[in-house]
Amino acid sequence: MNSVSELVGWTYSLAPLGDRALVVTLESKSESGLWQVAAALAESLRSARLHWIADVVPAYASVTVVYDMARLPIHETAGAIPYEAAAAEVHRILKRSRETEAAIPRVVDIPVCYGGLYGPDLAACAARAGMEEAAFAERHASAIYRVAMIGFMPGFPYLTGLPPELGQPRLASPRSVVPAGSVGIAGGQTGIYPLSTPGGWQLIGRTPFRLFDPERSEPFLLRAGDALRFVPIRAEDFTCES
Amino acid sequence: MRILKPGLHTTIQDLGRAGWRAFGIPEGGAMDSIALRTANLLVGNDQGAAGLELTLTGPQLVAEKELLIAVCGAGMAPFIDGEPLPLERPVWIAAGTVITFGPAASGCRAYLAAAGGIAAEAALGSRGTDTRAGIGGVAGRPLRAGDVLPLGSASPQAAAWRATLAARAAAKPQGRRSWAAPGWFAPPPAQLRGRATPSGIRLRVMPGAEYGQFREAARTALLRERFRVAPASDRMGVRLEGPPLPLEDSDQELLSHGVIAGTIQVPRGGAPIILGADCQTTGGYPKLAHVITADLPLLAQCKPGDDIAFELVTLAEAQRGYMEQERDMRMLAAAIALRMRKN
Repeated sequence: MNSVSELVGWTYSLAPLGDRALVVTLESKSESGLWQVAAALAESLRSARLHWIADVVPAYASVTVVYDMARLPIHETAGAIPYEAAAAEVHRILKRSRETEAAIPRVVDIPVCYGGLYGPDLAACAARAGMEEAAFAERHASAIYRVAMIGFMPGFPYLTGLPPELGQPRLASPRSVVPAGSVGIAGGQTGIYPLSTPGGWQLIGRTPFRLFDPERSEPFLLRAGDALRFVPIRAEDFTCES
Repeated sequence: MRILKPGLHTTIQDLGRAGWRAFGIPEGGAMDSIALRTANLLVGNDQGAAGLELTLTGPQLVAEKELLIAVCGAGMAPFIDGEPLPLERPVWIAAGTVITFGPAASGCRAYLAAAGGIAAEAALGSRGTDTRAGIGGVAGRPLRAGDVLPLGSASPQAAAWRATLAARAAAKPQGRRSWAAPGWFAPPPAQLRGRATPSGIRLRVMPGAEYGQFREAARTALLRERFRVAPASDRMGVRLEGPPLPLEDSDQELLSHGVIAGTIQVPRGGAPIILGADCQTTGGYPKLAHVITADLPLLAQCKPGDDIAFELVTLAEAQRGYMEQERDMRMLAAAIALRMRKN
């Protein structure tokens, strides 16, 4: 396994995001794959368990650290402002984490019932791609996806890895209700709706898994960095549980 | 407490659930955290206990048991038994008493704390309502008529205060009254006073990461012009109407990155949005500036139609302002504790 610093040749810079957060911005010659570095760095910042770090948010090419100024150890005599103290600590952790090994991603299998009632747009998507419905679904289920980041709505995974030939336009007019668990495609991306919400993605299937359940000990099924596979199931095996 | 009429948008809020942004869950919490913390202190609660956030038009509610409550924040002219309910102080109210809030004459959000705090079930570490995720509060939604809000047990100081004020109400020469309150009150921290005037609200801002990518005219307009709060504002964001704030010509799109409450983002060709407590965890619009943390309570009190003016400060000034405000809150907590002990 490579160390984090070898994943891609990357560098970072720190900058304030308002007066109680800072952003670690990652850069490399090729932008692809930086999200893996962001996920790994977010994990080392979280696992440092510093009580003044309120939140750590990995994104495509950055990690945002929200901090609690009042809890930062600051030497007022040194004239440092809280941001400088936080930045110095973050530098220290990032330097150390360059040497740590990149974690082997968890692989999460997501059962999906393709087409029919659960995937009302599968037929149209397959037609646009010039494929049979079954072939389209099989192609979608044969790829391995990675969770680049989570955002937009609670538990919504931004997935990389959609085979390019499966790309689809957004719906001309969004649905007012997309059921929770719906698996969709928009542009070159595929995703899963964790909650029932309005939405404009083409729906090709649905999972009975709940991506977000506040009652579970682990409320979220996915986190940034995970690898993900879609496993086709039959409509009669679709039972809502997790 | 039982809700008779819910008001426009009344939710249970505490100080939020930081730590879940990586999963797309906003921090949330009271928009005006200083007002909620003050109300909690006045009824002997932890500053982070859950209370009610009232928006623009408050609710009507009835005390099913005797209560010790405090109301801080916007002025919604609450009435109790035909008399104005005094604000910013502990108030004892008898069982069966009805409190009626009106529309906000000044400010946008009022906070009602009750001794013991509202014992809503916590979700992801907070009792606060996140209506988008559908968690916290009562079933993750704004309150409705008929909702009954259970309370936790009052602190010993609060119970003693309740008894003292109840005795005072019983001993009134004009006959037994249904409420009683002391003559003293807890004003908002010094930094927040005088910044909200009838002619507008002055918010302090510091430069955002893309400040330099906006045209000179945009940066000047931000600091010289007034902006009006648009009706579509809510806990996710305060939307502004005003002069255009153009970027330098560039078609460079930002990758989605973390954002926090107070961030002023400007969609291309669009009107600026100041992100609120329930803002999305990530965003991709250019960040012109950030309302500083010490002034977020003022932002919470901006209602549609209000005028806003911005004043530029440095990061160091912003952080000093926050630390000063926290010092003021520690002093306020000590002063209230002393009052309660003296009884």
